[in-house]
Amino acid sequence: MIALLPQQLVLGLLIGGLYGLAAAGLSLVFGVLKVLNVAHGELIMLGGYGAFWLFALAGVDPFASLVLVIPATLALGAVLYWALFGWVVRYHEETRIKNSLLIGFGLALALHALAVRLWTADERSITTAYAGSVIEIAGLTVPLVRLASLVVAFALIGALHLLLTRWRWGRAIRAAADDWEAALLTGIDVRRAYVLAFALGTSLAGAAGVLVSVGYSISPSIGLEWTLKALIVIVLAGLGSTFGTFAGGLVLGVAEAVSATVFGGPYREVVGLVIFFVVLVARPQGLFAR
Amino acid sequence: MPESAAAHPRAALLDVEGVAASYGPFLALSDVTLSLHAGEIVALLGSNGAGKSTLIRCISGLLRPRAGDIRWDGASLVGVPAHAIVERGIALVPEGRRLFPSMTVEEHLDLGAFAPRARAERARSLDEVHAIFPVLHERRKELVSSLSGGQQQMVAIGRALMAAPRLLILDEPSLGLAPRVVESILGVLGDINRRGVSILLVEQNVHAALGLAHRAYILESGRVAGEGTGRALLDDPHVRRAYLGPLAARS
Repeated sequence: MIALLPQQLVLGLLIGGLYGLAAAGLSLVFGVLKVLNVAHGELIMLGGYGAFWLFALAGVDPFASLVLVIPATLALGAVLYWALFGWVVRYHEETRIKNSLLIGFGLALALHALAVRLWTADERSITTAYAGSVIEIAGLTVPLVRLASLVVAFALIGALHLLLTRWRWGRAIRAAADDWEAALLTGIDVRRAYVLAFALGTSLAGAAGVLVSVGYSISPSIGLEWTLKALIVIVLAGLGSTFGTFAGGLVLGVAEAVSATVFGGPYREVVGLVIFFVVLVARPQGLFAR
Repeated sequence: MPESAAAHPRAALLDVEGVAASYGPFLALSDVTLSLHAGEIVALLGSNGAGKSTLIRCISGLLRPRAGDIRWDGASLVGVPAHAIVERGIALVPEGRRLFPSMTVEEHLDLGAFAPRARAERARSLDEVHAIFPVLHERRKELVSSLSGGQQQMVAIGRALMAAPRLLILDEPSLGLAPRVVESILGVLGDINRRGVSILLVEQNVHAALGLAHRAYILESGRVAGEGTGRALLDDPHVRRAYLGPLAARS
Protein backbone atom coordinates (compact mmCIF):
# COMPACT_ATOMS: atom_id res chain seq x y z
CA MET A 1 0.00 0.00 0.00
CA ILE A 2 2.83 2.38 0.89
CA ALA A 3 4.38 1.58 -2.49
CA LEU A 4 1.40 3.35 -4.05
CA LEU A 5 2.02 6.50 -2.03
CA PRO A 6 4.26 8.43 -4.48
CA GLN A 7 1.76 7.89 -7.29
CA GLN A 8 -1.11 8.95 -5.02
CA LEU A 9 0.83 12.05 -3.96
CA VAL A 10 1.12 13.10 -7.60
CA LEU A 11 -2.61 12.66 -8.13
CA GLY A 12 -3.25 14.56 -4.89
CA LEU A 13 -1.16 17.51 -6.07
CA LEU A 14 -3.01 17.55 -9.37
CA ILE A 15 -6.48 17.71 -7.80
CA GLY A 16 -5.11 20.06 -5.11
CA GLY A 17 -4.46 22.72 -7.74
CA LEU A 18 -8.16 22.70 -8.56
CA TYR A 19 -9.04 22.92 -4.86
CA GLY A 20 -6.82 25.99 -4.71
CA LEU A 21 -8.48 27.57 -7.72
CA ALA A 22 -11.95 26.79 -6.38
CA ALA A 23 -11.04 28.33 -3.02
CA ALA A 24 -9.44 31.45 -4.53
CA GLY A 25 -12.78 32.63 -5.92
CA LEU A 26 -14.70 31.95 -2.72
CA SER A 27 -11.93 33.55 -0.65
CA LEU A 28 -11.95 36.70 -2.78
CA VAL A 29 -15.71 37.15 -2.40
CA PHE A 30 -15.64 36.40 1.32
CA GLY A 31 -12.61 38.57 2.02
CA VAL A 32 -13.93 41.58 0.13
CA LEU A 33 -17.71 41.52 0.57
CA LYS A 34 -17.78 39.63 3.90
CA VAL A 35 -20.40 37.50 2.16
CA LEU A 36 -20.23 33.69 2.19
CA ASN A 37 -21.51 32.36 -1.11
CA VAL A 38 -22.35 28.72 -0.37
CA ALA A 39 -23.48 28.35 -3.98
CA HIS A 40 -19.83 28.70 -5.09
CA GLY A 41 -19.69 24.94 -5.81
CA GLU A 42 -22.79 25.22 -8.00
CA LEU A 43 -21.06 27.98 -9.96
CA ILE A 44 -18.16 25.56 -10.48
CA MET A 45 -20.70 22.98 -11.66
CA LEU A 46 -22.17 25.48 -14.13
CA GLY A 47 -18.71 26.27 -15.51
CA GLY A 48 -18.16 22.56 -16.03
CA TYR A 49 -21.42 22.18 -17.92
CA GLY A 50 -20.55 25.25 -19.98
CA ALA A 51 -17.40 23.52 -21.20
CA PHE A 52 -19.34 20.25 -21.62
CA TRP A 53 -21.90 21.92 -23.86
CA LEU A 54 -19.32 23.76 -25.90
CA PHE A 55 -17.49 20.48 -26.43
CA ALA A 56 -20.53 18.29 -27.12
CA LEU A 57 -22.46 20.74 -29.30
CA ALA A 58 -19.74 22.75 -31.01
CA GLY A 59 -16.65 20.61 -30.64
CA VAL A 60 -14.75 23.31 -28.76
CA ASP A 61 -11.64 22.04 -26.97
CA PRO A 62 -12.24 22.32 -23.19
CA PHE A 63 -9.07 24.33 -22.56
CA ALA A 64 -9.99 26.69 -25.39
CA SER A 65 -13.51 27.01 -23.95
CA LEU A 66 -11.99 28.90 -21.00
CA VAL A 67 -11.84 31.89 -23.34
CA LEU A 68 -15.64 31.80 -23.53
CA VAL A 69 -16.52 30.48 -20.06
CA ILE A 70 -14.46 33.09 -18.17
CA PRO A 71 -16.19 36.14 -19.71
CA ALA A 72 -19.59 34.42 -19.51
CA THR A 73 -19.18 33.70 -15.79
CA LEU A 74 -17.85 37.24 -15.21
CA ALA A 75 -21.14 38.50 -16.60
CA LEU A 76 -23.10 35.89 -14.62
CA GLY A 77 -21.35 37.08 -11.46
CA ALA A 78 -22.32 40.69 -12.13
CA VAL A 79 -25.94 39.64 -12.68
CA LEU A 80 -26.00 37.54 -9.49
CA TYR A 81 -24.56 40.47 -7.56
CA TRP A 82 -27.18 42.91 -8.80
CA ALA A 83 -30.06 40.45 -8.43
CA LEU A 84 -29.13 38.79 -5.13
CA PHE A 85 -25.94 39.52 -3.20
CA GLY A 86 -25.92 43.28 -3.68
CA TRP A 87 -28.87 43.49 -1.31
CA VAL A 88 -27.00 41.75 1.49
CA VAL A 89 -24.05 44.12 1.23
CA ARG A 90 -26.24 46.99 2.42
CA TYR A 91 -26.37 45.40 5.86
CA HIS A 92 -23.83 45.78 8.62
CA GLU A 93 -20.81 43.53 8.13
CA GLU A 94 -21.75 41.18 10.97
CA THR A 95 -25.21 40.44 9.60
CA ARG A 96 -24.03 39.96 6.03
CA ILE A 97 -22.82 36.38 6.54
CA LYS A 98 -26.06 34.90 7.83
CA ASN A 99 -28.14 36.71 5.21
CA SER A 100 -25.79 35.59 2.46
CA LEU A 101 -26.05 31.99 3.70
CA LEU A 102 -29.80 32.05 3.10
CA ILE A 103 -29.40 33.50 -0.38
CA GLY A 104 -26.54 31.13 -1.18
CA PHE A 105 -28.48 28.00 -0.15
CA GLY A 106 -31.47 29.14 -2.17
CA LEU A 107 -29.30 29.84 -5.19
CA ALA A 108 -27.57 26.46 -4.81
CA LEU A 109 -30.92 24.63 -4.81
CA ALA A 110 -32.14 26.57 -7.82
CA LEU A 111 -28.96 25.99 -9.83
CA HIS A 112 -28.97 22.28 -8.91
CA ALA A 113 -32.59 21.91 -10.13
CA LEU A 114 -31.76 23.88 -13.28
CA ALA A 115 -28.79 21.62 -14.03
CA VAL A 116 -30.89 18.48 -13.60
CA ARG A 117 -33.42 19.95 -16.03
CA LEU A 118 -30.83 20.90 -18.62
CA TRP A 119 -28.35 18.05 -18.39
CA THR A 120 -30.10 15.28 -16.33
CA ALA A 121 -28.59 13.92 -13.11
CA ASP A 122 -26.07 11.73 -14.96
CA GLU A 123 -22.34 12.15 -14.44
CA ARG A 124 -20.61 13.72 -17.41
CA SER A 125 -17.04 14.29 -18.38
CA ILE A 126 -15.31 15.60 -21.45
CA THR A 127 -13.44 12.94 -23.37
CA THR A 128 -11.08 14.58 -25.81
CA ALA A 129 -8.83 12.75 -28.27
CA TYR A 130 -5.92 13.26 -25.88
CA ALA A 131 -7.90 12.33 -22.75
CA GLY A 132 -6.00 9.10 -22.07
CA SER A 133 -2.50 10.50 -22.64
CA VAL A 134 -0.07 10.13 -19.81
CA ILE A 135 3.54 11.03 -19.30
CA GLU A 136 5.92 8.87 -17.27
CA ILE A 137 8.25 10.68 -14.90
CA ALA A 138 10.58 8.60 -12.73
CA GLY A 139 8.23 5.64 -12.79
CA LEU A 140 5.21 7.79 -11.94
CA THR A 141 2.26 8.11 -14.26
CA VAL A 142 1.03 11.67 -14.76
CA PRO A 143 -2.24 12.12 -16.70
CA LEU A 144 -1.55 14.82 -19.26
CA VAL A 145 -4.95 16.49 -19.00
CA ARG A 146 -4.73 16.83 -15.23
CA LEU A 147 -1.19 18.18 -15.45
CA ALA A 148 -2.33 20.76 -17.96
CA SER A 149 -5.22 21.64 -15.63
CA LEU A 150 -2.80 22.23 -12.77
CA VAL A 151 -0.68 24.50 -14.96
CA VAL A 152 -3.74 26.44 -16.10
CA ALA A 153 -4.98 26.74 -12.51
CA PHE A 154 -1.63 28.12 -11.42
CA ALA A 155 -1.60 30.58 -14.33
CA LEU A 156 -5.06 31.82 -13.38
CA ILE A 157 -3.95 32.29 -9.77
CA GLY A 158 -0.96 34.27 -11.04
CA ALA A 159 -3.25 36.39 -13.18
CA LEU A 160 -5.50 37.05 -10.19
CA HIS A 161 -2.49 38.09 -8.14
CA LEU A 162 -1.40 40.53 -10.85
CA LEU A 163 -4.92 41.95 -11.12
CA LEU A 164 -5.13 42.56 -7.38
CA THR A 165 -1.69 44.15 -7.10
CA ARG A 166 -1.18 46.01 -10.39
CA TRP A 167 -4.62 46.93 -11.67
CA ARG A 168 -6.11 50.16 -10.30
CA TRP A 169 -9.42 48.51 -9.51
CA GLY A 170 -7.62 45.46 -8.13
CA ARG A 171 -6.01 47.68 -5.52
CA ALA A 172 -9.41 49.26 -4.92
CA ILE A 173 -10.83 45.77 -4.27
CA ARG A 174 -8.10 45.11 -1.70
CA ALA A 175 -8.71 48.48 -0.07
CA ALA A 176 -12.43 47.70 0.19
CA ALA A 177 -11.53 44.33 1.76
CA ASP A 178 -9.30 46.02 4.35
CA ASP A 179 -11.67 48.85 5.34
CA TRP A 180 -14.62 49.71 3.08
CA GLU A 181 -15.33 53.03 4.78
CA ALA A 182 -11.73 54.20 4.43
CA ALA A 183 -11.89 53.06 0.79
CA LEU A 184 -14.97 55.24 0.22
CA LEU A 185 -13.17 58.19 1.80
CA THR A 186 -10.28 57.57 -0.58
CA GLY A 187 -12.65 58.19 -3.48
CA ILE A 188 -13.26 54.54 -4.38
CA ASP A 189 -16.76 53.56 -5.51
CA VAL A 190 -16.97 50.61 -3.12
CA ARG A 191 -20.16 49.23 -4.69
CA ARG A 192 -18.31 48.92 -7.96
CA ALA A 193 -15.35 47.24 -6.28
CA TYR A 194 -17.83 44.74 -4.79
CA VAL A 195 -19.40 43.97 -8.18
CA LEU A 196 -15.95 43.44 -9.68
CA ALA A 197 -14.82 41.18 -6.83
CA PHE A 198 -17.99 39.08 -7.03
CA ALA A 199 -17.72 38.79 -10.81
CA LEU A 200 -14.04 37.80 -10.55
CA GLY A 201 -14.89 35.20 -7.89
CA THR A 202 -17.64 33.77 -10.08
CA SER A 203 -15.36 33.56 -13.12
CA LEU A 204 -12.72 31.76 -11.05
CA ALA A 205 -15.42 29.24 -10.12
CA GLY A 206 -16.37 28.94 -13.80
CA ALA A 207 -12.76 28.31 -14.81
CA ALA A 208 -12.34 25.75 -12.04
CA GLY A 209 -15.47 23.99 -13.31
CA VAL A 210 -14.05 23.74 -16.81
CA LEU A 211 -10.90 22.08 -15.45
CA VAL A 212 -12.98 19.72 -13.29
CA SER A 213 -15.06 18.63 -16.27
CA VAL A 214 -12.00 17.80 -18.34
CA GLY A 215 -9.86 15.90 -15.84
CA TYR A 216 -12.58 14.53 -13.59
CA SER A 217 -16.37 14.41 -13.88
CA ILE A 218 -19.33 16.66 -13.17
CA SER A 219 -22.94 16.12 -12.19
CA PRO A 220 -25.59 18.51 -10.89
CA SER A 221 -24.86 17.42 -7.31
CA ILE A 222 -21.11 18.15 -7.11
CA GLY A 223 -21.70 21.70 -5.84
CA LEU A 224 -21.79 21.11 -2.09
CA GLU A 225 -18.69 18.94 -2.19
CA TRP A 226 -16.70 21.68 -3.96
CA THR A 227 -18.01 24.41 -1.67
CA LEU A 228 -16.83 22.32 1.28
CA LYS A 229 -13.38 21.74 -0.24
CA ALA A 230 -13.08 25.47 -0.90
CA LEU A 231 -14.12 26.31 2.67
CA ILE A 232 -11.59 23.86 4.11
CA VAL A 233 -8.85 25.41 1.96
CA ILE A 234 -9.82 28.92 3.12
CA VAL A 235 -9.66 27.90 6.76
CA LEU A 236 -6.35 26.17 6.07
CA ALA A 237 -4.76 29.05 4.17
CA GLY A 238 -6.42 32.09 5.73
CA LEU A 239 -7.68 35.14 3.86
CA GLY A 240 -5.74 37.72 1.95
CA SER A 241 -3.01 35.75 0.19
CA THR A 242 -3.73 34.52 -3.33
CA PHE A 243 -0.76 32.16 -3.58
CA GLY A 244 -1.34 31.05 0.01
CA THR A 245 -4.82 29.89 -1.00
CA PHE A 246 -3.37 27.94 -3.91
CA ALA A 247 -0.80 26.33 -1.60
CA GLY A 248 -3.64 25.46 0.79
CA GLY A 249 -5.37 23.64 -2.05
CA LEU A 250 -2.24 21.62 -2.79
CA VAL A 251 -1.90 20.73 0.91
CA LEU A 252 -5.49 19.50 1.03
CA GLY A 253 -5.05 17.44 -2.14
CA VAL A 254 -1.90 15.80 -0.80
CA ALA A 255 -3.43 15.20 2.65
CA GLU A 256 -6.42 13.49 1.07
CA ALA A 257 -4.18 11.29 -1.05
CA VAL A 258 -2.08 10.28 1.95
CA SER A 259 -5.02 9.41 4.16
CA ALA A 260 -6.78 7.51 1.36
CA THR A 261 -3.63 5.47 0.73
CA VAL A 262 -2.72 4.84 4.34
CA PHE A 263 -6.15 4.45 5.97
CA GLY A 264 -8.26 3.45 2.95
CA GLY A 265 -10.45 5.22 0.44
CA PRO A 266 -13.31 6.31 2.72
CA TYR A 267 -10.88 8.40 4.79
CA ARG A 268 -10.21 10.72 1.84
CA GLU A 269 -13.19 12.87 2.81
CA VAL A 270 -12.47 12.74 6.54
CA VAL A 271 -9.03 14.28 6.46
CA GLY A 272 -10.30 17.62 5.20
CA LEU A 273 -12.68 17.93 8.12
CA VAL A 274 -9.92 16.95 10.55
CA ILE A 275 -7.70 19.66 9.05
CA PHE A 276 -10.60 22.10 9.31
CA PHE A 277 -10.96 21.35 13.01
CA VAL A 278 -7.27 21.30 13.89
CA VAL A 279 -6.51 24.57 12.10
CA LEU A 280 -9.49 26.32 13.66
CA VAL A 281 -8.29 25.29 17.12
CA ALA A 282 -4.55 25.75 16.66
CA ARG A 283 -4.19 28.60 14.15
CA PRO A 284 -7.53 30.23 13.40
CA GLN A 285 -6.02 32.91 11.18
CA GLY A 286 -4.89 30.17 8.75
CA LEU A 287 -1.47 28.82 7.85
CA PHE A 288 -0.57 31.41 5.23
CA ALA A 289 -2.43 34.49 6.44
CA ARG A 290 -0.37 37.65 6.82
CA MET B 1 -3.63 70.71 -4.82
CA PRO B 2 -5.26 73.72 -6.46
CA GLU B 3 -4.03 77.25 -5.92
CA SER B 4 -5.43 79.25 -3.04
CA ALA B 5 -8.37 81.51 -2.43
CA ALA B 6 -11.24 82.25 -4.76
CA ALA B 7 -11.75 85.61 -6.45
CA HIS B 8 -14.37 86.44 -3.82
CA PRO B 9 -12.69 85.67 -0.52
CA ARG B 10 -15.92 86.16 1.44
CA ALA B 11 -17.99 83.70 -0.57
CA ALA B 12 -18.33 80.61 1.60
CA LEU B 13 -16.81 77.44 0.19
CA LEU B 14 -18.73 75.19 2.55
CA ASP B 15 -22.11 76.05 4.05
CA VAL B 16 -23.74 73.86 6.66
CA GLU B 17 -27.31 75.03 7.15
CA GLY B 18 -29.53 73.75 9.95
CA VAL B 19 -28.23 70.20 9.76
CA ALA B 20 -29.79 67.56 11.99
CA ALA B 21 -28.61 63.96 12.02
CA SER B 22 -29.23 60.85 14.05
CA TYR B 23 -28.02 57.31 14.55
CA GLY B 24 -31.24 55.34 14.84
CA PRO B 25 -33.35 57.03 17.49
CA PHE B 26 -30.42 58.95 18.97
CA LEU B 27 -30.30 62.55 17.75
CA ALA B 28 -26.61 63.43 17.44
CA LEU B 29 -26.97 66.82 15.72
CA SER B 30 -30.03 68.98 16.21
CA ASP B 31 -29.49 72.22 14.28
CA VAL B 32 -25.97 73.04 13.15
CA THR B 33 -25.19 76.04 10.96
CA LEU B 34 -21.63 76.96 10.12
CA SER B 35 -19.52 77.98 7.16
CA LEU B 36 -15.98 77.84 5.91
CA HIS B 37 -14.39 80.23 3.42
CA ALA B 38 -11.76 79.38 0.84
CA GLY B 39 -8.30 79.46 2.36
CA GLU B 40 -9.48 79.25 5.97
CA ILE B 41 -8.48 76.96 8.78
CA VAL B 42 -11.56 76.38 10.91
CA ALA B 43 -11.43 74.40 14.14
CA LEU B 44 -14.36 72.41 15.43
CA LEU B 45 -14.25 72.06 19.20
CA GLY B 46 -16.42 70.35 21.76
CA SER B 47 -16.46 67.56 24.28
CA ASN B 48 -16.94 63.88 23.47
CA GLY B 49 -20.42 63.26 22.13
CA ALA B 50 -20.97 66.89 21.16
CA GLY B 51 -21.51 65.79 17.55
CA LYS B 52 -18.21 66.73 15.91
CA SER B 53 -17.64 63.37 14.27
CA THR B 54 -21.30 63.14 13.26
CA LEU B 55 -21.07 66.49 11.50
CA ILE B 56 -17.95 65.35 9.67
CA ARG B 57 -19.64 62.12 8.62
CA CYS B 58 -22.48 64.19 7.17
CA ILE B 59 -20.14 66.48 5.24
CA SER B 60 -18.15 63.58 3.80
CA GLY B 61 -21.26 61.65 2.78
CA LEU B 62 -21.00 58.72 5.19
CA LEU B 63 -24.19 59.77 6.98
CA ARG B 64 -27.23 61.39 5.43
CA PRO B 65 -28.59 64.38 7.42
CA ARG B 66 -32.22 64.13 8.55
CA ALA B 67 -32.77 67.81 7.93
CA GLY B 68 -30.90 70.84 6.64
CA ASP B 69 -28.52 71.26 3.77
CA ILE B 70 -24.79 71.09 3.17
CA ARG B 71 -23.65 73.24 0.26
CA TRP B 72 -20.23 72.98 -1.32
CA ASP B 73 -19.23 75.59 -3.83
CA GLY B 74 -22.93 76.40 -4.27
CA ALA B 75 -24.20 72.84 -4.86
CA SER B 76 -25.87 70.59 -2.30
CA LEU B 77 -23.89 67.57 -1.08
CA VAL B 78 -26.87 65.84 0.52
CA GLY B 79 -27.39 62.47 -1.13
CA VAL B 80 -24.08 62.60 -3.02
CA PRO B 81 -22.17 59.33 -2.41
CA ALA B 82 -19.02 59.61 -0.29
CA HIS B 83 -16.63 58.65 -3.10
CA ALA B 84 -18.14 61.36 -5.34
CA ILE B 85 -17.67 63.96 -2.60
CA VAL B 86 -13.94 63.15 -2.64
CA GLU B 87 -13.99 63.74 -6.40
CA ARG B 88 -15.57 67.15 -5.79
CA GLY B 89 -12.64 68.18 -3.63
CA ILE B 90 -13.32 67.29 0.01
CA ALA B 91 -10.94 64.78 1.59
CA LEU B 92 -11.28 63.41 5.12
CA VAL B 93 -8.48 62.09 7.30
CA PRO B 94 -10.59 59.84 9.54
CA GLU B 95 -10.16 59.39 13.26
CA GLY B 96 -7.77 56.53 14.01
CA ARG B 97 -6.14 56.95 10.56
CA ARG B 98 -7.91 53.93 9.03
CA LEU B 99 -5.00 52.76 6.87
CA PHE B 100 -5.07 49.57 4.78
CA PRO B 101 -3.00 46.97 6.68
CA SER B 102 -2.14 44.90 3.60
CA MET B 103 -0.66 47.84 1.70
CA THR B 104 2.58 49.74 1.44
CA VAL B 105 3.03 53.50 1.86
CA GLU B 106 3.32 53.83 -1.91
CA GLU B 107 0.06 51.94 -2.50
CA HIS B 108 -1.77 54.21 -0.05
CA LEU B 109 -0.62 57.33 -1.86
CA ASP B 110 -1.45 55.77 -5.21
CA LEU B 111 -4.98 54.87 -4.05
CA GLY B 112 -5.37 58.37 -2.66
CA ALA B 113 -5.36 59.66 -6.23
CA PHE B 114 -8.04 57.17 -7.30
CA ALA B 115 -10.73 59.57 -8.51
CA PRO B 116 -10.32 60.79 -12.14
CA ARG B 117 -9.57 64.44 -11.32
CA ALA B 118 -6.98 63.44 -8.72
CA ARG B 119 -5.41 60.91 -11.10
CA ALA B 120 -4.76 63.65 -13.64
CA GLU B 121 -2.73 65.53 -11.01
CA ARG B 122 -1.15 62.43 -9.50
CA ALA B 123 2.51 63.18 -10.26
CA ARG B 124 2.31 66.75 -8.98
CA SER B 125 0.41 65.74 -5.83
CA LEU B 126 2.96 63.00 -5.12
CA ASP B 127 5.83 65.50 -5.36
CA GLU B 128 4.02 67.81 -2.94
CA VAL B 129 3.27 65.04 -0.45
CA HIS B 130 6.90 63.90 -0.58
CA ALA B 131 8.01 67.51 -0.08
CA ILE B 132 5.76 67.83 2.97
CA PHE B 133 6.59 64.38 4.39
CA PRO B 134 10.03 63.28 3.08
CA VAL B 135 9.88 60.19 5.28
CA LEU B 136 7.02 58.81 3.18
CA HIS B 137 9.34 58.76 0.18
CA GLU B 138 12.11 57.04 2.16
CA ARG B 139 9.75 54.33 3.42
CA ARG B 140 7.51 54.05 0.35
CA LYS B 141 8.04 50.29 -0.08
CA GLU B 142 7.14 49.41 3.52
CA LEU B 143 3.86 48.12 4.86
CA VAL B 144 2.21 50.80 6.97
CA SER B 145 2.14 48.46 9.98
CA SER B 146 5.92 48.88 10.29
CA LEU B 147 5.62 52.67 10.71
CA SER B 148 5.37 54.66 13.94
CA GLY B 149 2.06 56.27 14.92
CA GLY B 150 3.19 59.69 13.73
CA GLN B 151 4.36 58.30 10.40
CA GLN B 152 1.06 56.46 9.99
CA GLN B 153 -0.73 59.76 10.53
CA MET B 154 1.47 61.25 7.81
CA VAL B 155 0.38 58.42 5.47
CA ALA B 156 -3.26 59.17 6.31
CA ILE B 157 -2.80 62.89 5.60
CA GLY B 158 -0.73 62.13 2.50
CA ARG B 159 -3.40 59.77 1.18
CA ALA B 160 -6.02 62.50 1.61
CA LEU B 161 -3.80 65.12 -0.06
CA MET B 162 -3.34 62.82 -3.06
CA ALA B 163 -7.04 63.36 -3.77
CA ALA B 164 -6.04 66.97 -4.64
CA PRO B 165 -8.63 68.37 -2.23
CA ARG B 166 -9.69 72.00 -1.86
CA LEU B 167 -10.86 71.18 1.66
CA LEU B 168 -9.01 68.85 4.00
CA ILE B 169 -10.99 67.63 7.02
CA LEU B 170 -9.06 66.09 9.89
CA ASP B 171 -10.78 64.19 12.70
CA GLU B 172 -8.58 64.14 15.80
CA PRO B 173 -5.23 63.91 13.99
CA SER B 174 -3.24 64.11 17.23
CA LEU B 175 -5.08 61.28 19.02
CA GLY B 176 -2.65 58.87 20.64
CA LEU B 177 0.50 60.63 19.46
CA ALA B 178 3.40 61.94 21.57
CA PRO B 179 3.31 65.72 22.19
CA ARG B 180 6.35 66.42 20.01
CA VAL B 181 4.84 64.49 17.12
CA VAL B 182 1.54 66.34 17.58
CA GLU B 183 3.37 69.65 17.30
CA SER B 184 5.02 68.68 14.02
CA ILE B 185 1.79 67.26 12.54
CA LEU B 186 -0.17 70.39 13.45
CA GLY B 187 2.69 72.54 12.15
CA VAL B 188 2.44 70.77 8.81
CA LEU B 189 -1.24 71.71 8.59
CA GLY B 190 -0.17 75.36 8.44
CA ASP B 191 2.12 74.53 5.49
CA ILE B 192 -0.66 72.65 3.72
CA ASN B 193 -3.00 75.61 4.23
CA ARG B 194 -0.42 77.99 2.76
CA ARG B 195 -0.38 75.77 -0.34
CA GLY B 196 -4.02 76.74 -0.85
CA VAL B 197 -5.96 73.97 0.90
CA SER B 198 -8.71 74.99 3.31
CA ILE B 199 -8.82 72.99 6.52
CA LEU B 200 -11.57 71.89 8.89
CA LEU B 201 -9.91 70.57 12.02
CA VAL B 202 -11.51 68.56 14.82
CA GLU B 203 -9.03 68.48 17.65
CA GLN B 204 -8.99 67.57 21.34
CA ASN B 205 -5.91 69.66 21.86
CA VAL B 206 -7.91 72.91 22.10
CA HIS B 207 -4.96 75.18 22.76
CA ALA B 208 -3.03 74.02 19.72
CA ALA B 209 -6.14 74.01 17.53
CA LEU B 210 -7.07 77.59 18.46
CA GLY B 211 -3.49 78.72 17.94
CA LEU B 212 -3.59 77.35 14.40
CA ALA B 213 -7.15 78.14 13.30
CA HIS B 214 -8.41 81.40 11.86
CA ARG B 215 -11.84 80.73 13.31
CA ALA B 216 -13.45 78.11 15.48
CA TYR B 217 -16.89 76.77 16.30
CA ILE B 218 -17.81 75.19 19.59
CA LEU B 219 -20.28 72.32 19.44
CA GLU B 220 -22.32 71.38 22.49
CA SER B 221 -25.00 68.66 22.60
CA GLY B 222 -25.46 68.68 18.84
CA ARG B 223 -25.66 72.44 18.28
CA VAL B 224 -23.28 75.36 17.81
CA ALA B 225 -22.67 76.97 21.21
CA GLY B 226 -20.03 79.50 20.24
CA GLU B 227 -18.04 80.91 17.39
CA GLY B 228 -15.13 83.28 17.00
CA THR B 229 -11.59 83.81 15.85
CA GLY B 230 -9.04 81.48 17.37
CA ARG B 231 -7.42 84.17 19.52
CA ALA B 232 -10.71 85.56 20.79
CA LEU B 233 -11.94 82.14 21.88
CA LEU B 234 -8.61 81.40 23.45
CA ASP B 235 -8.95 84.56 25.60
CA ASP B 236 -12.64 84.03 26.38
CA PRO B 237 -12.87 83.08 30.07
CA HIS B 238 -16.01 81.03 29.40
CA VAL B 239 -14.20 78.91 26.83
CA ARG B 240 -11.12 78.66 28.99
CA ARG B 241 -13.14 77.32 31.89
CA ALA B 242 -15.17 74.90 29.74
CA TYR B 243 -12.39 73.48 27.55
CA LEU B 244 -9.07 74.26 29.16
CA GLY B 245 -10.08 73.55 32.77
CA PRO B 246 -10.64 75.78 35.81
CA LEU B 247 -6.92 76.48 36.32
CA ALA B 248 -6.64 77.99 32.86
CA ALA B 249 -9.73 80.10 33.54
CA ARG B 250 -8.05 81.73 36.52
CA SER B 251 -4.64 82.32 35.00
